[in-house]
Amino acid sequence: MLDTIGVDSVDELFADKQQQHRNPTLDLPPPMSECDLKRYFGELATMNKTPGEYACFLGAGSYRHHIPAIVRQLTSRSEFMTAYTPYQPEISQGTLQTEFEFQTLCAQLTGMDVANAGMYDGSTSLAEAVLMASRVTRRTRVAVLDSVSPAYISVLRTYAEPPGITVDVVSADNPELNEDTACLVAQQPNFLGYIQDMQAIADRAHDAGALFVVYADALSMAMFTPPGDCGADIVASEGQALGVPPTFGGPYVGIFACKQSYIRQMPGRIVGRTVDSQGRTAYVLTLQTREQHIRRERATSNICTSVALIALMSTVYMAANGRHGMRRAAELTYQKAHYLASLIGGIPGYSVVDGGVFFQEFAVQCPMPPSTLNERLLEYKIIGGLDISEQLQNGMLICATEVNTREEIDAFAAALAEIGTTV
Amino acid sequence: MTTLLERLSQDRRQLLMDRSVSGRVGATLPESDVPHQPLPEEGLLRDTLDFPEVSENELVRYLSQLSQLNFSIDHNFYPLGSCTMKYNPKVDDEIASMPGFAEIHPLQPDATVQGALRLMWELQQRLIEITGMQGCSLAPMAGADGEFAGILMARAYHQDRGNTQRNKVLIPDSAHGTNPATANMCGFEVVTLPSDANGNTDLEALRFSVGDDLAGLMITLPSTLGLFDSNILEVVRVVRDAGGIVYGDGANLNALLGRVKLGDLGFDVMHSNLHKTFTQPHGGGGPGAGPVIVGERLLPYMPTPVVNRSADNDGNLIYTLKAPPQTVGRMGAFHGNFGALVRAYAYICTLGDQGIANISHDAVINANYILSRLKGYYDLPYDRSCMHEVVFSARNLKREHGISALDVAKRLIDYGIHPPTMYFPLIVEEALMVEPTETESKETLDGFIEVMRAIAQEAQDAPDLLHNAPHDTPNTRLDEARAARRPYLRWQPED
Repeated sequence: MLDTIGVDSVDELFADKQQQHRNPTLDLPPPMSECDLKRYFGELATMNKTPGEYACFLGAGSYRHHIPAIVRQLTSRSEFMTAYTPYQPEISQGTLQTEFEFQTLCAQLTGMDVANAGMYDGSTSLAEAVLMASRVTRRTRVAVLDSVSPAYISVLRTYAEPPGITVDVVSADNPELNEDTACLVAQQPNFLGYIQDMQAIADRAHDAGALFVVYADALSMAMFTPPGDCGADIVASEGQALGVPPTFGGPYVGIFACKQSYIRQMPGRIVGRTVDSQGRTAYVLTLQTREQHIRRERATSNICTSVALIALMSTVYMAANGRHGMRRAAELTYQKAHYLASLIGGIPGYSVVDGGVFFQEFAVQCPMPPSTLNERLLEYKIIGGLDISEQLQNGMLICATEVNTREEIDAFAAALAEIGTTV
Repeated sequence: MTTLLERLSQDRRQLLMDRSVSGRVGATLPESDVPHQPLPEEGLLRDTLDFPEVSENELVRYLSQLSQLNFSIDHNFYPLGSCTMKYNPKVDDEIASMPGFAEIHPLQPDATVQGALRLMWELQQRLIEITGMQGCSLAPMAGADGEFAGILMARAYHQDRGNTQRNKVLIPDSAHGTNPATANMCGFEVVTLPSDANGNTDLEALRFSVGDDLAGLMITLPSTLGLFDSNILEVVRVVRDAGGIVYGDGANLNALLGRVKLGDLGFDVMHSNLHKTFTQPHGGGGPGAGPVIVGERLLPYMPTPVVNRSADNDGNLIYTLKAPPQTVGRMGAFHGNFGALVRAYAYICTLGDQGIANISHDAVINANYILSRLKGYYDLPYDRSCMHEVVFSARNLKREHGISALDVAKRLIDYGIHPPTMYFPLIVEEALMVEPTETESKETLDGFIEVMRAIAQEAQDAPDLLHNAPHDTPNTRLDEARAARRPYLRWQPED
């Protein structure tokens, strides 16, 4: 090959590179065989305390649910897994049609007109929703209810402040808006797990001429009135709960849905239906003039990915469960969480916060710092809830879903009672 | 009149909602094992969820058939410039799905996820070593997200010094669209830098563009022309002397591995598209991961979290998630795309020291081999040896036979090869950008070369064959204008 190229050694091809910086030393370990690799990574994996082996009651944006076997089987197919972004529609109809299915399912789940093909995760989807609201209204402030997850507010600040949007965190009880407010942001259920009267919040936003942006838990929408029926203009959600393993936080997929009138302001990939030169139905990436590879600095976002494979996991999950399975998964989750809350409510020293109706998680005031409690719980092979003592004194955010068995839940309550008596 | 065959082929494309039959379900759920808990009042609950009802078997067959309409790296050669579509080792998928990685929750206490944190820390160290930088945050979830983090850091650096007048970011005209889009998202004004006749940065234009309002430069090395900018040291010096931050777009890192470290050249920050350089199945468009790796000046500003290592009183190593002191903040809800990080680190471990350097060696030879053997058949706008990719132009075919880069690309599909990147970089007319990667054999390259030569001949002998390509695909060329003019973005009941 070097003869064909016409050089004596590969170094001649690198001759452009500055002599003094060429071929640096690379201080890396030697290569590992496949056998060594599996052993080493297996060791790393077993250093973790893994839910499944441990009963786990964490939620707060990442949820454990049963994932039907077909999700992994279908998404592991090489044809889906190792395909490129579908810029060449004639050889990408598999990806494009499944993305169209994802858009349909997300639009129906959220109760909105349209959805895009996917964002990085729920939190960035929410941040992009706020940027879009600012473009639509040409206003430069955003009001976020103080009941929204602190992590999401933090991501929102990362995205909103550089282009000059001011983030105002406002009281969920009485949100103050002004004529510069582009949108009001609410989370349903809120960070502590409780269902809010969304229509009332929507009215506050719309009265001020602002859009109403909702971050909604994905599975809860199968059971509770979806944001599209409560005046939402843009809905963001985290698709992870729908068929994606927790994977220490990613990759996930952000759901992004909105009203039809805003489609040309949307970020991200969008698949549309069209016909081919022989008149047959086909799918294609569309409205690409919004995107960075065409519009460059005037694009609606710099995002390129739609996290297609993770979106496909959610698509398979939603399709497999279907109309009745989705509702059933949500109601089972509701049953488990409420059973757990009823047990904890009866343990001396613990009190479940009365924040109204909740879905899968709820806040508890514990008789000791949650970090101490969580450390003790590990002895019982239990991973406890999230330490929210910054929001609530000795507060713990506790989640149960359909994968938590009654046995696990009873054991958790018993352990809390036992540890509680040692205060 | 539709024939039975035609109808059956249309039926295979029927959407889920049109396949729905009341009462069918494709997944089972357990019965509740806890005492019944009363549901909330009816008014809070959803009336109906308009979702399809399909059986497991139907769903599997539908999606399996759909999948077969795709090209994929496991079935086809992808000489797709700038995308680094290399083979993804299967063992990495197996490793990433180990329960100890896939099932752990992102909010578990650090003490319960020491294996995961150690993996992340080791990956940070490897990326720092490979790029000659000082620090690394794995938080960004894609290449464009890494760019975003990098330019946010440049912004924070200037703001910290009270230099809010530094509002311009220089970007070469050959850059990916994400660069200007990113600079804009960070509130900067974009100034486009021209390339000179050799495809290098135009130094005169650069010197003219720098001043007190300079925030920084975003540059891809090698450039998207597949060329190593021979002026790069001078480019870096000019920008740094003017007080700017030098950002390296790591999209083409494959060409540099073991050859040059951007840190040594004076770059302040770069991102690495782990899914390209260190493999992750592309998934039809994600997921990826885009860690940022930074030099000393930007260390305090890295996105949160970063994994720290320390020793406890007994000398045991402890790994913890930490926020850098003046962090630009969170890129996402958690710690980045951990699943992609596991795969990338497994790939780096497999290759080791020698294997990493071999990547650039083989990738550059493969690209130059194609360059040498297709030169004369396709125009070569910059006639010099290339790095890991080569940019041809179909302008000769266009001029002589009315054949565009698009026609060549679509004809390649008939031969079972994924088209190269087309019409990019924007500064090359009728561009065809070819990146073979290091994982392809000489036989595969020879096969590609033979096909490309045959297509050049067909352009002369049978141009309509190219205009109407592809021929043997599930769909012929699509009416993309119609899709954009009348957006139809979801299934609708009246269908």
